Amino acid sequence: MEAVFLTFILVLSIFLGFELISKVPATLHTPLMSGANAISGITIVGALASAGSGLNEVASLLGGFAVGFATINVIGGYMVTDRMLSMFRKKDSQEANK
Amino acid sequence: MTQEFINLSYVVAAAMFIYGLKMLGSPATARRGNAISCLGMGLAFVVTLFSNEIIEYQWILIGLVVGALVGAAAARFVAMTAMPEMVALFNGSGGLASLLVGWAALYSSDGSAFTSTTIILSVLIGGLTFTGSIIAWGKLSETMPSQAIVFAGQRVVNGAILAAIVVVSIMFVMDPGAQSPLLYTLLALAFVLGVMAVLPIGGADMPVVISLLNSYSGLAACAAGFAINNIVLIVAGSLVGASGLILTSIMCRAMNRSLANVLFSGFGAAKTATKVEGEVKPISPDDAYLILEAASSVTFVPGYGMAVAQAQQAVRELGELLQQNGAEVTYAIHPVAGRMPGHMNVLLAEANVPYDQLVEMDDINPRIGSIDVAVVIGANDVVNPAARNDENSPIYGMPIINVDEAQTVFVLKRSMATGFSGVDNPLFFGENTRMLFGDAKESLMSVVAEFKD
Repeated sequence: MEAVFLTFILVLSIFLGFELISKVPATLHTPLMSGANAISGITIVGALASAGSGLNEVASLLGGFAVGFATINVIGGYMVTDRMLSMFRKKDSQEANK
Repeated sequence: MTQEFINLSYVVAAAMFIYGLKMLGSPATARRGNAISCLGMGLAFVVTLFSNEIIEYQWILIGLVVGALVGAAAARFVAMTAMPEMVALFNGSGGLASLLVGWAALYSSDGSAFTSTTIILSVLIGGLTFTGSIIAWGKLSETMPSQAIVFAGQRVVNGAILAAIVVVSIMFVMDPGAQSPLLYTLLALAFVLGVMAVLPIGGADMPVVISLLNSYSGLAACAAGFAINNIVLIVAGSLVGASGLILTSIMCRAMNRSLANVLFSGFGAAKTATKVEGEVKPISPDDAYLILEAASSVTFVPGYGMAVAQAQQAVRELGELLQQNGAEVTYAIHPVAGRMPGHMNVLLAEANVPYDQLVEMDDINPRIGSIDVAVVIGANDVVNPAARNDENSPIYGMPIINVDEAQTVFVLKRSMATGFSGVDNPLFFGENTRMLFGDAKESLMSVVAEFKD
């Protein structure tokens, strides 16, 4: 049952993802990619559980590395996306800034 | 914190990711969308960190500090022109993280076939995303040759690797174990597959590969979510997976090629285009200035060459001068211009070009006949009329920006070399085409200087 339930969630999320992303204009494709990449850093949640469970030393070590790589994704991904998006300006606001 | 509260927080986090992605649908709200998505991540992180499952913090701390420093430094200091290789590396690190989570999950696995299968999937997808991204990074940063690397029997080798992966995976699921030699074999096979998958893909096809690797990094997180029974991983991972797949299909469509063709062909020289002959008409910056000065509508068509020549600031400056001169200025961007989806848009945004001046191929083509001057900067295949006219051309059928239909076309080009696909471009010999030879940035600067005098 658990497997069926998880697959159900998977299928719904994929459809939702298709709906959401097909509305993103071409101009924003790069920030979309880096932003999506930051979201894929959600693995950090799994990594925390492995790194901190204290059940097995090897698992904790693997988890620690996973935390590191996932953090690069999360921090780097969100920051670089924000940096890119901060550069996108409309004409009016650009003139207002001058 | 109770498990219910944690799961509830995961639902909220997932909703924030979804809402954040929705807000990415418009440049006006995109930045806030990203912030909301980031808050969602923060929430998921904090509730997990304080859950009862977590009893040791030393590895977490080390991982966090190192990861945050590396990620922040990379995000802060990378040049916008180096964004494609940067995204490639981030994809790789996401894949590697999911691989490690899957691997670690083996130590607490119930050993059921379902769990073992999902663990294997996260290890495989994560592993091939990791090495594939490293190769993509190498090609994009030109640390290694960016052309397609093909050798005889490549498909046979890849087929053998795939077959081996299937066999070893089945053996592993029947007898799972955290220290099983089968696991190490699978790791090695996934790494090799990642390398082999990206090697035969050439520079200009990189937008497809990057999107695909982006998708894989999400799918790897998704598989890891199944392995550890975590809903938020599944939702977030599949959102990213879907996003990458959509971008991949947009890129393929923009090249009129199937995904299989991009992945396996290494851009074939199967067809030879009809040889183009004619006279090339060069133009000097002085004459280009005179024509531009008289133009009432100008559209710039940038390509990867603009990024290479770092000409985006010069383009913007010329665009502003033309506007002050009363011309209507637009920037027409082909979906696969550059090395990643949206590459040109980001470069122009960095140079302070307002995004409402950026137009897509389908918007500009119907009215390109009324444009006085189209200025092609470092683009080649995406403006090659052979894609429309010459059935023998390898790029025949690819949608292009029809600059040859504009009143006058300026092509800024270093020399008469062919584009990535090695196809002759009849545009250069067109009746209304003028070639402005030299470094794109210098050519633009000299036109700008003429304007200022």
